[in-house]
Amino acid sequence: MSAPTVERPAVAPHQDPALAGRDDVRPTGRRLGPGRRRRLAWLLGPSALLLLWTAASATGLLDPRILSEPWTVVATAGELIADGRLQENLAISAQRAGLGLFFGIVVGALLALVSGLSRAGEAFIDGPVQIKRAIPGLALIPLLILWFGIDETMKVLTITLGVFVPIYLQTHAGLRGIDLRYVELAQTVGLGRAGFIRKVVLPGALPGFFLGLRFAVTGAWVSLVVVEQINSTSGIGYMMELARTYGQTNIIVLGLAVYGILGLLSDGIVRLIERKALSWQRTLAG
Amino acid sequence: MAAHPGGLTAVEPSVRTRTGARTGPGAPTVSVRGLIRGFGPKGVLNGVDLDIAPGEFVALLGPSGCGKSTLLRALAGLDHDVKGSGVINVPDRVSVVFQDSRLLPWDTVLGNVTLGLRDHDADTKARRALAEVGLAGREKSWPHELSGGEQQRVALARSLVREPQLLLADEPFGALDALTRIKMHGLLRELVSAHRPAVLLVTHDVDEAIALSDRIVVLDSGLVATVRTVAPEIGSAVDAAGHEALRRDLLTALGVDVNAASH
Ligand SMILES: Nc1ncnc2c1ncn2[C@@H]1O[C@H](COP(=O)(O)OP(=O)(O)OP(=O)(O)O)[C@@H](O)[C@H]1O
Ligand SMILES: [Mg+2]
Repeated sequence: MSAPTVERPAVAPHQDPALAGRDDVRPTGRRLGPGRRRRLAWLLGPSALLLLWTAASATGLLDPRILSEPWTVVATAGELIADGRLQENLAISAQRAGLGLFFGIVVGALLALVSGLSRAGEAFIDGPVQIKRAIPGLALIPLLILWFGIDETMKVLTITLGVFVPIYLQTHAGLRGIDLRYVELAQTVGLGRAGFIRKVVLPGALPGFFLGLRFAVTGAWVSLVVVEQINSTSGIGYMMELARTYGQTNIIVLGLAVYGILGLLSDGIVRLIERKALSWQRTLAG
Repeated sequence: MAAHPGGLTAVEPSVRTRTGARTGPGAPTVSVRGLIRGFGPKGVLNGVDLDIAPGEFVALLGPSGCGKSTLLRALAGLDHDVKGSGVINVPDRVSVVFQDSRLLPWDTVLGNVTLGLRDHDADTKARRALAEVGLAGREKSWPHELSGGEQQRVALARSLVREPQLLLADEPFGALDALTRIKMHGLLRELVSAHRPAVLLVTHDVDEAIALSDRIVVLDSGLVATVRTVAPEIGSAVDAAGHEALRRDLLTALGVDVNAASH
């Protein structure tokens, strides 16, 4: 039986000039993974979407009253940036999302740690979190408005409540999934409680945490839209809500585009950090 | 505490103490008395007595499932939830080498060797230990970048860098190929003669036991069934007089029909 062979251009992994530049003929098995990662490949899907939108608008397939043309949205963005409204609203939105995300991450990770490392913690924490998980975030807003009014506290709190759940769930699952063999190892090398958490628990739970973080970031933007479209006087969501009352489709679409870009960017940032932090992992993701 | 050879008739709390102070001249590094361990109704260890002298290399043989790992884990203090009784005395500094190298995948080779070390010069010591096992220059590698044999050498470096008085090893070379295993035997012998810990090596390989140890203990039905001392000249050469006799003797103790098994 002969293995399939391919000839490929010689690449030189070798420093030694005598060994470099030689032929590289090798049998290649069928690779089942997705292959090597390519830079900027993640832009492909969103770009295709943008292209489709442009084409549909340019050919008149898409009525501007239903969905504004991309160039109108860009022009609108230019105007809003020129009079400062876009930056102002974006800044306030980003601040809300950032604060909510920050508190949510801290609360979620801490609860996961306590609940994952102690039976008592689990008994008290896990149940209530599962209950919170079953209640849609939106359903809590009326109560939060009654308690905190409609100011920033209520908005940040709503985002926090949405964020901490996925962080908790995934971190907890990651932590509980740590191989018992490493726990034994920690004992035999004489790690204390703190050392055990620092050297075994946190790194072991990190993949779960990052998965939770990606859900959390997306969730933060979603909660943001909701709190900004009810009872708000600033932010991207408010800007869109105002545009709705004046029938300004272009501003609404601009708001959507801004949310989309923010979501894509923040997910990209999380993935980048994840890849750096989990460089020890050998996975399909590569 | 009395031994209960019939099984777990009484489950008393077992005593496990670390007696760094009790290592006077003549005192054994390890002493086990009447050790009983069991999962469920059937006993696994039914009253094991075992002493290991300072610097002594003891090999533990026995058929699969006879309780070798159970004994080793009891010595390592890793059997929190296992029922049993008995008295175990071990020194303060105990290191364990497992069958899998058990390196933390998220830490570098150096980080794995220094794991749990509190000395201010932990890194220097770890580098020296890595050089001793022939892995100088691989400090920054991830565990998955090493071969199986190299990973097990890191595990050896990790256990020796804390200068153990007792080294517990549960089939540390079980997952390695024959050639690598022979090289690892040489390495382990060198390391042990340099650091002089007492060693308890669990193995299923009679030749490995003869080659490495001063004394061989065979476990059967949860009891120490056979004890053989290995004369130094027998351990170091397969063609030495008495080597084959000892080998047959041990195989018989392990329940292997020597005549049928020999080619
Ligand atoms: N966690 C456990 N739960 C239930 N039974 C167990 C457990 N660990 C070991 N046993 C049982 O105890 C007995 C002794 O197991 P042990 O691992 O000590 O054997 P061993 O001598 O090390 O065998 P091997 O040479 O195959 O490694 C076996 O019958 C095994 O099934
Ligand atoms: Mg075993």
